[in-house]
Amino acid sequence: MAAERVLEIKNVSKCYGDNPVLNQVSLSVNRGEIHALVGENGAGKSTLMNILFGMPVIHETGGFTGEIWVNGNKAEFKSPRDAMKAGIGMVHQEFMLLPGFSVAENVKLNREPTKPNLISRVAGQKLESLDRRQMGLDTRQALDRIDMDVDEWLPLVGMPVGHRQFIEIAREIDKTDLSLLVLDEPTAVLTETEASSLLAILKHLAESGVSALFISHRLDEVFEVADTITVLRDGEVVCTVPKKEARMETIAELMVGRKLGKLKSAGPGRAGGNQAILEVKNLSVDMPGEYVNNVSFSVRKGEIFGIGGLAGHGKLGVANGLMGLYRASGTVICDGKEIPLNDPNAALEAGLVLLSEDRRGVGLLLDESIENNIAMPSIVGRNKFVRRLGPLPVSIEDRKAIRKHAENMISLLDIKCTGPEQAVRRLSGGNQQKVCVAKAITMEPKVLLVSEPTRGIDIGAKERVLNVIRQLNEEKGITVVMTSSELAELRSMCDRIAIMYNGKIQGILSPDAPDAEFGLCMAGGGGEAND
Amino acid sequence: MIDSLKQLVKAVGLPRLTIVLFLVVLLVIGAVNRLPISMLLGNSLVRIGMNGIMVLAMVPSVQSGAGLNFGLSIGIIAGLLGMLVVMEFKIGGLLGLALALLIAAVLGVASGYVYGLILNRVRGQEMMIGTYVGFSIVSAMCMFWIMAPFKNPEMIWVISGKGLRTTLPVSDSMAQILDKLWGFSIFGMKVPTGLLLAFALACLLLGLFNRTRLGISMRIAGANPTFAMSCGIDVDKMRILGTVLSTALGAMGMVVYCQSLGLVQLYTAPLMMAFPAVAAVLLGGASARKATVWNAVLGTMLFQTLLTIALPVTRSVIEGDISEVAKTIISNGMILYALTRKEGDG
Amino acid sequence: MRERFQTEGRFRPGDLLRRNAVPILFLFMCVLGVLVSGQNIRYIAHELVSRLARNWFLVLSLIIPVTAGLGLNFAIVLGAMAGQVGLIVATHYKIPGLLGLAVAVILSLPIAVLLGMSAGHVLNQARGREMITSMMLGFFANGLYQLVFLFMVGTVIPFNNPEIMLDSGVGLRGTVELKYCKYALDNLLKVRVLGVNIPVATFAVVAALCLGIRWLYKTKLGQELRAVGQDMVVASVAGINVARTRIIAMVMSTVLAAIGQVIFLQNMGVINTFNSHEQIGTAAIASILVGGASVTSATVGHALIGTLLFQLLFIVSPSAGQRLMGNAQVGEFFRVFIGYGIIAVALLIHSWERKASLERASRQPAVKGEAKVAGSP
Repeated sequence: MAAERVLEIKNVSKCYGDNPVLNQVSLSVNRGEIHALVGENGAGKSTLMNILFGMPVIHETGGFTGEIWVNGNKAEFKSPRDAMKAGIGMVHQEFMLLPGFSVAENVKLNREPTKPNLISRVAGQKLESLDRRQMGLDTRQALDRIDMDVDEWLPLVGMPVGHRQFIEIAREIDKTDLSLLVLDEPTAVLTETEASSLLAILKHLAESGVSALFISHRLDEVFEVADTITVLRDGEVVCTVPKKEARMETIAELMVGRKLGKLKSAGPGRAGGNQAILEVKNLSVDMPGEYVNNVSFSVRKGEIFGIGGLAGHGKLGVANGLMGLYRASGTVICDGKEIPLNDPNAALEAGLVLLSEDRRGVGLLLDESIENNIAMPSIVGRNKFVRRLGPLPVSIEDRKAIRKHAENMISLLDIKCTGPEQAVRRLSGGNQQKVCVAKAITMEPKVLLVSEPTRGIDIGAKERVLNVIRQLNEEKGITVVMTSSELAELRSMCDRIAIMYNGKIQGILSPDAPDAEFGLCMAGGGGEAND
Repeated sequence: MIDSLKQLVKAVGLPRLTIVLFLVVLLVIGAVNRLPISMLLGNSLVRIGMNGIMVLAMVPSVQSGAGLNFGLSIGIIAGLLGMLVVMEFKIGGLLGLALALLIAAVLGVASGYVYGLILNRVRGQEMMIGTYVGFSIVSAMCMFWIMAPFKNPEMIWVISGKGLRTTLPVSDSMAQILDKLWGFSIFGMKVPTGLLLAFALACLLLGLFNRTRLGISMRIAGANPTFAMSCGIDVDKMRILGTVLSTALGAMGMVVYCQSLGLVQLYTAPLMMAFPAVAAVLLGGASARKATVWNAVLGTMLFQTLLTIALPVTRSVIEGDISEVAKTIISNGMILYALTRKEGDG
Repeated sequence: MRERFQTEGRFRPGDLLRRNAVPILFLFMCVLGVLVSGQNIRYIAHELVSRLARNWFLVLSLIIPVTAGLGLNFAIVLGAMAGQVGLIVATHYKIPGLLGLAVAVILSLPIAVLLGMSAGHVLNQARGREMITSMMLGFFANGLYQLVFLFMVGTVIPFNNPEIMLDSGVGLRGTVELKYCKYALDNLLKVRVLGVNIPVATFAVVAALCLGIRWLYKTKLGQELRAVGQDMVVASVAGINVARTRIIAMVMSTVLAAIGQVIFLQNMGVINTFNSHEQIGTAAIASILVGGASVTSATVGHALIGTLLFQLLFIVSPSAGQRLMGNAQVGEFFRVFIGYGIIAVALLIHSWERKASLERASRQPAVKGEAKVAGSP
């Protein structure tokens, strides 16, 4: 009698160091069920999948607590092979395919049928000959099951991306005793038609008894194909509902959280008149994973303008595109003058300064001191902190000025450190972020672009960082364009919030607009751009 | 006790510790065998001065993000050409030296620029490309040397009357001119002041450059290219700058080396000259991603002292000239060690 | 309507032309060289046959590491050293003919296996930088080799044959004549065609290797080698032991290089004790590249054709240089330049293609987990 419950995850928790990533997560999948797991980036989806699939990175970082049951048996996966033997197959987001091999060779990778020969009898199993005929037959069978009429001996190179996704699936199906197929953002690389085919295949497989755990944040697809939806946020299960009882907007809201602090009231007189300091027209940005598609908006002088939306829909692309870090097209006018795109220097000259979401990668020189991190961009970009070397026509860095300025910043922003010469690598996330803020302020921006200001910072420090930004805006009149995945954060800071969906601005809302409107915009519905 | 010992090893680095210990052992053996240590130290000072600038050449290359300059032979050839021109026209003395340095620098800048353009297209494979571009150029120059239109009879083959000889003597007025400049003796140790001053000057100038806006931009580009981009720095330009400085320093370093050695060695001599320089800077604490002037100084001191002392000391114990073999083993072993370290990740 | 910036992997016909451009160019140069050099065709043919017989095996040993993703095996020198050690010992103990060769090979095998395993292990520590590491490994090992055979032979190692050792009693001579097993394999079966001697037995051995390599890639091990060579992450997730497979590739290559060096030296008749193995690396790698191989792709065809073209150019260069420039040495330097140059060009092309494909890959939407950045310098 086949078990009804194919998968049961009970109270799974995992920490990376002292960073809790999953907390008491439980969910279950029945035979023939398509179970969707939705959540923002960083919610813990990938970690859960890694645990489920026995990926070595989990064991190398301290393992996990809780239990996983597959087909009624307790699972102790130490490697992907164990998971495969237990009947779990995984379709990864970054394809685990070899472009130089044919379809059949990929489908049968490391599970090739072989025939013994003279030499293998002496030298070992590894030298058995590949049974190419059987490989072809098995692959043909798997491909037929998902209705793909591709020639099984065609090399993978040159095949459209969509096809490759299906070959991943064919590989998993070819594995005997497959009871659960785990798919990690499978439609991220597919065109609309390919995505529909994929969803149809999933439904077809489900009918034949293969369950699916479908990770996605594309809610329209989730609602098309899933039987049950589980929302994961900050490592915890927020809710599990059958699709019939759920609404897209509610799910969208649950994904981004509802812990609301003080809402900012959209006071009219606060922004310095209606004068626009930044006008963006037809901006498109080629940032992998965050494509921006023909977006237009304008930012009033002195306001805090928010950009929100679910991950992958383009919000991070806007600021990066404006600063010239990724290829962009369109028109950008700052303070009346047009800024050329794809030129970080020009953006800086015009007064735009970016506080990047990638703090450790782009935002800081980890091995340099606090004072150097704060001063260096300004030395290079604004010619500050330099002095003449005696009578010679040479300017070098002015260490005294750098030190003094750093000390000012440290006290202004309350950066906890052993001193300005401490290496930035040693600071906590929150303090590193403050160094980034100090760095940005030192550049004397006209418009400050802040992306994910409180990402990876513990709760206590979050508010402090936001306060600093608020202060800059109120006391120094710096215009701020703030991008964040935390809706609550945006609503407590911004005068207006643009919500992006699929690379476009779905709507510009005031912070005290009803929750439902936000949810709807993020899920791709409603809202008119009001300016 | 064990912990602090471990800390020490980690801070200093295993290879450096081994070399230092080795050095101490050799010094002890030398002292025991009554070898003239002061003369040996004097020799090592000369070798430090001779090789220092070429090791220093590694620093701007690493700082700008172009990695260790395995194509140093390009700069070395520029230096050789500088020497050859001066020797052909029989210009001696300090004037000759100055002229040679100037020509070397100019050629070094020009070739460094082209080399830099190539390196920019091959991010991630700079070491291999540098090595083989360097080898190719040295071989191509071999074809040039054998047919070069030089006329000075002291330089060309006697029989055929055409083409440069393999090893050419530097004119008396120019040989060791820096070494003898302001030189003095102390405790039986001859100090080549001029030579060491030249090295010190080069270090000083590079250090000063590192503190200018341009130098800072270059270092940022090497430390974190995306950070650099967000500061408005043109990373490609910075890498070319680093390569140009490196090649020019290599060229001038070669001129200093030749005047001290008293010989100009052509044909296949420059083929492997990049490797000991790379090893020296690594020995001084640098890595493929990070290097400072101090790394170059310390590394040269350790490396050259070891080599200078190794020969006479080992000769008193073993038969034969072990210095070339030792040089090969140490320098290549050092580089190998560096290649197998996992780069610390931000 | 969902739009995205998407590039698909297309098979560019330009690839095919570029892939074969090098051998075509070389063919042209060789023909030119033969004509200009004015050398006797029979002489050229004789030299060529001889050179092919002794070089083909070595060049073939480069194929396996390329397919396994280790790039061009500059550490082939290690295998050559092992073979050389075997021959030196066989000559020291005056073992004659084919038996001497057999002893040399048998002795060199364990050394080659050990060196291959060490090399493989080191390369696994330097992922993304395999070629520069194998190159440095070759230089380093050469230093150790010199240490052993200049200073330890006659003292620590009990050699005492004055024919091959220096008069001082310590260290080997610069050249060691293979008095006893010279031409042992060549002479086994010789055929004379049109006035040219063809050592059939040697070519038979080469043919056996070619067939062996072809057969290897039809086995499970061969499939694993190819998989690891294309993408270590994918292979690893599929359950293949990537580290061990790479070491196996290095061991196979080193062992083959050892045997190849024995074949090479029995034809030369003389061991250049401290130089023979050094040139081997550059010459063999240049040869396979001339045949159209690249850092990521090498076949038996590349090895055979490339060696033919490279050696042909080698033969005619000095005379062509004499005729063209009035200087034979120019020709000699020219062929060395070509050797290094072709490797530099191959590395450049490889780097460009790698950069282009990385750019293409980065156009896909964000990858979960660690983003793989091109190997650091």
